[in-house]
Amino acid sequence: MTPDNTTTARHADSRRPAPRTAHFVADVSETPLQVTDRVKDEAAPLSLWGEAWKNLRRQPLFLISAFLILVVVAVSLFPGLFSPIDPTSEACQLANSDAGPAAGHPLGFTQQGCDVYARVIFGTRSSVTVGLFTTIGVLLIGGILGAVAGYYGGWIDSVLARINDIFFALPLILGAIVLMQLPMLRANKTVGTLVLILIIFGWPQIARITRGAVIEVRNADFVTAARSLGVSKFGALMRHVMPNSLAPIIVVATISLGTFIVAESTLSFLGIGLPPSVMSWGNDIQAAQASLRSNPMPLLYPAIALSITVLSFIMLGDALRDALDPKARKR
Amino acid sequence: MPTYILKRFLQLIPVFLGATLLVYFLVFSLPGDPIVALFGDKPVNEAVAAKLRAQYNLDQPFWMQYLLYLKSIFTFDLGQDFSGRPIAAVLGEVFPVTARLAIMALIFEGVFGIVFGLIAGLRKGKFFDATVLVASLVVIGIPIFVLGFLLQFTIGVQLGWAKPTVSSAATVPDLILPAIVLGLGSFAYVLRLTRTSVIENMNADYVRTATAKGLSRFQVVRVHILRNSLIPVITFLGADLGALMGGAIVTEGIFNVPGVGNRLYRAVLSGEGPTVVSIVTVLVLIYCLSNLLVDLLYGWLDPRIRYDS
Repeated sequence: MTPDNTTTARHADSRRPAPRTAHFVADVSETPLQVTDRVKDEAAPLSLWGEAWKNLRRQPLFLISAFLILVVVAVSLFPGLFSPIDPTSEACQLANSDAGPAAGHPLGFTQQGCDVYARVIFGTRSSVTVGLFTTIGVLLIGGILGAVAGYYGGWIDSVLARINDIFFALPLILGAIVLMQLPMLRANKTVGTLVLILIIFGWPQIARITRGAVIEVRNADFVTAARSLGVSKFGALMRHVMPNSLAPIIVVATISLGTFIVAESTLSFLGIGLPPSVMSWGNDIQAAQASLRSNPMPLLYPAIALSITVLSFIMLGDALRDALDPKARKR
Repeated sequence: MPTYILKRFLQLIPVFLGATLLVYFLVFSLPGDPIVALFGDKPVNEAVAAKLRAQYNLDQPFWMQYLLYLKSIFTFDLGQDFSGRPIAAVLGEVFPVTARLAIMALIFEGVFGIVFGLIAGLRKGKFFDATVLVASLVVIGIPIFVLGFLLQFTIGVQLGWAKPTVSSAATVPDLILPAIVLGLGSFAYVLRLTRTSVIENMNADYVRTATAKGLSRFQVVRVHILRNSLIPVITFLGADLGALMGGAIVTEGIFNVPGVGNRLYRAVLSGEGPTVVSIVTVLVLIYCLSNLLVDLLYGWLDPRIRYDS
């Protein structure tokens, strides 16, 4: 549309009599803010989440990642629905060692003669379980410590900040490797111990994010208002500060869920994560590593499944950040 | 400035002590005897076990053990690993290799990340920008060991452009492919960070002023946009040096690089507590020092930041 067209359109508009409204609306010729006029002011304002949902529904990145995550979750809950072969009960046939795709076995066989497709499907559960439970634990510990540090400040904040620094000096994988070599843990490698170890070294990041988010909100007018109306300090934290600092925490938690899945498979790949008897993508990649040059497919398929899963969580986090972070949205 | 450096340095001490104490505690005082574990399934020879315990101070109370350990760090007398070699000599062998690898990765991610990020930021919303953004997400999403195997298999084995594994000398040409793999994840971060920072600075007043006073586009980008955008990027790169050295364990495993990660991994598998603790201590030290360096670089890069207030 050229500028001339706009002017003529405006003129035509201004000649019409002003519409009768209960409240004053400036004539279109007086204000170019037609967009403002079009806003339904009687509608309830959208909350941050409502607005975010409105944005998200139109984002291809969000739709794709949400769909992929739904599929991954469904596969991990009901692997039997997706694979006719149950690798937990059906023994692998060594006769099929390193064989290519065959009828009913679309992705071929591993060196041990196991069906690659069935193992990829049934390995989903351990990755998703570790990622999900670690994230929940990290959110609980990091969220509580970060919120307390940011909200109360003072010496609690200083002490927690130092503890945080100490844990930050030990990267997730490095710390997990050191812990996993302990005799007591090496003897019982389970999903539970792995989750515990990842929580121990994963909480500082969430604590840091929560602390920052809480500090940004704690002096807001609505918190002061609630406090002056007699809400206790702790009550204000729970009812007013936390709900308003959730956005960045959720974004980081979504992305870390992907990171924890990577950590699980990396540790399993190194042979110090889940025991070989547990079906997991990391274990399968490790097992396929030996015959990489002659038969790369058993390594490739779990790796693809792993990458797609991690990627969808990172994409979801990215989309959420765009939708929830007003500062980023302006750009 | 000297006061600030001293203050920052003093702040490092509790972090360093805390981290080493944590690692020492985890390795040596949780239930499970590392010395007994050494014997595996064989019956424990009490005399040998007692001698080993005395050698690693494990017969002392925990606080004494830790203090003796600190003493051994500061006197560079780290004792011997379980095959009888002095740990200090082992560290002297493996650390230069990993340092070379990490610095090469840092150069790779710094140069390519900044160049791609700058171009993407300057062409915000265009095709190049969109492509690079999606590609960087994919790179962040793919775990490093998957990337490692992919590149090793395609470039190293099928195309034959590089050696799929590294020789024991670990020369610079040998390390190119492992360094790229090690740096790829951070490369994507550097790219996104540079891009965001460039987009922010493009709308700054001083950029408009520079354009208005007639500077060429190249001058504006180089002097006013790029230099100001690099501040957060440098911070990330500095902190990443420590992370790269600690995170090299997977890359070194795939390409068989004789570095810290490889040695640490072997020490972990064979339950060599003292070697594990020594390596992790040096890694923590590198992490702390690189963070200190970044803090000091900050003020040099951005004179608006004052240390004294």
